Amino acid sequence: MRRNKFAFSGINACFFTLLTLIGVGVAVPLNSQAQIHPVKPAKQDSLEKINALKEVQIKTIKLSRRQTSSTPLQILSGAELEKLNSLSVADAVRYFSGVQLKDYGGIGGLKTINVRSMGSNHTAVFYDGVQLGNAQNGQVDLGKFSLDNIEEIELYNGQKSSILQSAKGFASASSLYLKARQPNFEAGRSNRVKAAFRTGSFGLLNPSVLWQSKLGEHTYSTLSAELKKANGCYKYRITNGVYDTTAVRTDGDVETMRLELGLNGMLADSSKWSVKLYGYKDDQGLPGAIVANVFRFSQRMWNRNFFAQSAYEKKVGKYSLLASAKYSNDYMRYLNPDIVTTSGFLNNTYHQQEFYLSLANKLKINKYWDLVWSADYQRNHMDANLDRFAYPTRNTLLNVLATQLHFDRFDIQANVLSTLVSDQVKSGPSAGRKNELTPTVMVSWQPFDQKEFRVRSFYKSIFRMPTFNDLYYTFYQFTVLRPEYTKQYDLGFTYIKGYENRALSQFSIQADAYFNQVKDKIVAVPGTSQAMWSMRNLGKVEIKGIDVNIQSAWEVAQALNLSLGLSYTYQQAIDADPKSTTYKDQIPYVPLHNGTFLAGASYKKFAMNYSFLYTGERYDQSANIPKNYVQPFYTHDLAMHYNMQIQKRKLRLTAEVNNLLNQAYAVITNYPMPGRSYRFSLTYDY
Amino acid sequence: MKKMKAITRYACFLLILLSSFLGACRKDLQVIPEELVGILPADPSRQLQGFYLVNEGNMGMNKASLDYMDFSTGVYRRNMYNQMNPAQVNGLGDVANDVGIYGSKLYVVVNISNKVEVMDAKSGKRIQQINVTNPRYITFKDGKAYVSAYLGQVGVPDAPNGVVVQIDTASLKEEKRIEVGRQPEEMAVVGQKLYVANSGGYTPLNYDTRVSVIDLNSFSVVKNIDVAINLHRLKADKYGDIYVTSRGNYLDIHSKIYVIDTKTDLIKTRFDIGASNLVIDDDIAYFYGSEWSSNTGKFSLSYGMLDVKQEKILNTKFITDGTDAKIMIPYGIAVDKYTKEVFVTDARDYVSPGVLYCFDPAGKKKWSVVTGDIPAHFAMVYK
Repeated sequence: MRRNKFAFSGINACFFTLLTLIGVGVAVPLNSQAQIHPVKPAKQDSLEKINALKEVQIKTIKLSRRQTSSTPLQILSGAELEKLNSLSVADAVRYFSGVQLKDYGGIGGLKTINVRSMGSNHTAVFYDGVQLGNAQNGQVDLGKFSLDNIEEIELYNGQKSSILQSAKGFASASSLYLKARQPNFEAGRSNRVKAAFRTGSFGLLNPSVLWQSKLGEHTYSTLSAELKKANGCYKYRITNGVYDTTAVRTDGDVETMRLELGLNGMLADSSKWSVKLYGYKDDQGLPGAIVANVFRFSQRMWNRNFFAQSAYEKKVGKYSLLASAKYSNDYMRYLNPDIVTTSGFLNNTYHQQEFYLSLANKLKINKYWDLVWSADYQRNHMDANLDRFAYPTRNTLLNVLATQLHFDRFDIQANVLSTLVSDQVKSGPSAGRKNELTPTVMVSWQPFDQKEFRVRSFYKSIFRMPTFNDLYYTFYQFTVLRPEYTKQYDLGFTYIKGYENRALSQFSIQADAYFNQVKDKIVAVPGTSQAMWSMRNLGKVEIKGIDVNIQSAWEVAQALNLSLGLSYTYQQAIDADPKSTTYKDQIPYVPLHNGTFLAGASYKKFAMNYSFLYTGERYDQSANIPKNYVQPFYTHDLAMHYNMQIQKRKLRLTAEVNNLLNQAYAVITNYPMPGRSYRFSLTYDY
Repeated sequence: MKKMKAITRYACFLLILLSSFLGACRKDLQVIPEELVGILPADPSRQLQGFYLVNEGNMGMNKASLDYMDFSTGVYRRNMYNQMNPAQVNGLGDVANDVGIYGSKLYVVVNISNKVEVMDAKSGKRIQQINVTNPRYITFKDGKAYVSAYLGQVGVPDAPNGVVVQIDTASLKEEKRIEVGRQPEEMAVVGQKLYVANSGGYTPLNYDTRVSVIDLNSFSVVKNIDVAINLHRLKADKYGDIYVTSRGNYLDIHSKIYVIDTKTDLIKTRFDIGASNLVIDDDIAYFYGSEWSSNTGKFSLSYGMLDVKQEKILNTKFITDGTDAKIMIPYGIAVDKYTKEVFVTDARDYVSPGVLYCFDPAGKKKWSVVTGDIPAHFAMVYK
């Protein structure tokens, strides 16, 4: 128990230092004075301008969606995203507050996002407005999404605050939106080519190319292709203070190919359309748990994903329409040579298909009042070569009625979502039909005359359906499962301030306190044999948390710009089931404290970015006892950029160091993370 | 240049704070110490000096652990392996599947860690490990240890059969191995014959059904007895019979107990009763089992006793005080052959510490103690 006490005082020290840090972030800027360097918003001649979002100019400050959104919104976009040490979307989302990235390590390890401790199945991931589904296990491996073709990542707690959206947009506890690069041309040009080559640790070879073309006055095409090959090898260290061993992870090799084709444009009646084709293929090793006497793994996985999606947007007077459709076809093969059956190695194949259709309609009743009806239909089917497999088909119908009242200083939005789900199976019992009704209310309010300060709040009740794995996995006994429900209560504020005549040119803060409940949590319960489990609606979790984000921009001297960002998350996520053996204990892998610090500087052709990520102590199993204790970890990452221009052709050289201090750590127990690693890239843009 | 000054000041602040922040956050690593729990008054005269209890640990967590109940001092020592062997990289390992004492040595079969860990039975100090891929159970005879293992050859797709490995208990080296059925589980020696239950669990549509009989003199499979699908437990009584459990297919074919007469190697009797685990002491087999009910969507647990001399189910129970209602998942069972006390472990939800219960011969709970994760296998230390 002595150990535990120490842990507590240790963490308190961290917490208070972090608080002080935040304090400094707030206090110091207000004391400093400087000359005028007004911010000039960059002009872009592109579709982007057409898509330009409602922004209000106040002096030199723009109130962005971050400030006006009635649900907490965090954005990483454009230059900001390019500066970060990131290869995949997973690397980037680590910088968001309220988020835990479950990372099994290295290039090949699975990476999923858990927002506000409700579980990774509760975050929907959207790619260009349409959800990336996985009916099999409900999880999206963010490590598989390259940042190469991503322009913007947004994370909404609750849901996206814009009312005109597909019913799917209303149907998750939190949503991550990935936005592909939009066509963007310099004046007088109709083609743009961007090519990049990345290399470095893990035997990484990663060439990519992006070609945007203006096909007509209002028609654009985008072609993006990428190849990534890495042996995934890295050194890691394991120690208990007595033994201290360095070993090499040898089974995280990957080889991926991605090809994307996008077409979009505007018709004569100002309606917008887009089509996207996405193809992805990979062949990878599956890094396993490093346990005593086991350092190598022979399991492999192959994925092949394809989807085609299209969207259409039209506005006629008071009526707006948003329609989208998608077809996806995903194949996965898993090979385990450690399990030899009578017909050879265990070799499982899974094949999923999804068909999706969405219609969202908005009627602007008057200046202050909007009404929306969205309807989505989705059909999922799964085949697998498993014994006694159920071959499930799921039909989902989502209907949303939403309304918004918006006044100068007050904005309220409310909606009701109806979900109808029906499962059919070819063999065995089926989950049958489900019919659920869930509400959301959100408000945004400007209490004072200054537009810079806003208060926001939301309540959302939503659930996740049991996945195909939960219901029909062959080695589970079939049980009738209810959906896993979440309730979220959030209250927060945003504040932004621009300064003239000062070194500090902009300062913003957003902070939220929240209370979440997860009930009927779907958990696996074993029988008397490790081989036979059943899924049950058992768990209950209560989460009390605070997310704080502070950002500041500085203009220190001629051509020397600085940006500083700080995020902090406090989360008490406890097992709230009185019948549980670990009632009132913090749930696994959720630290009480975590935070990030980002600093960027640019001077003429040079830019530098430093990031610090801190994750506090956690437990890897439900009992909060010393043997389940996981050390805190913190990584320092550094990136240096050099930009040059040769006759309008932009060249950019980047060198990155990750985990600068070579800290030995693991996000998930027994999946050690890489020590210090390097990455170099060369980008050509014309 | 007022501005520069402000910036420098800010940067200094940050640097100082950041470094203090870092210094404060990670404490020195420590070996997780053994925990001592006083249970009973010291009883140095007791015939059962103590017993080792091996906790499997959930797969992938590397949390197999070793506890020792010391009756001579009355103290329960939780997590003693780490205490005794702190320098062993990654400790005891992942999923300990069996334990046995032979001579002065303690053997723990660690399934996912592909090893048999050998320790001094008195101190718990590690002697060495013997590498065996996917090992399951261990038994002993005439200076040799026999370990069943799921995989005979690694990386060969047309070699689904398992093996029994013979290890010399003096040199601690593998001497021979012999191919048996698919995914062999428990074993027992009767005379000069080693009986092995084969499960075939890797191919659920085509389970193995046989008990392999190995003649220990020639170390060859002399017979395969066809019993039932998915065999697991195999225990010998003192009358020359072995009790084998079939797990069924978890669907329409239910779990059963079969009795084989080793003189004829034929099935003598069958009990249509589910037994996940059993232990035989003198004339009594103590067992517990579970059956899945699709009506209630729950596993129903049952505890029972069987007279191995008469070969009939008894009406008596070894838990009579209602404690069985508290046990979520009975996972291990042992009997003190002198006092007839019964020890039962509860694995609870598999991901939090379990509980060990001691029942007196009348079935009343005497004491209980919190164990490691998934307490499962016992090795008794008699005087």
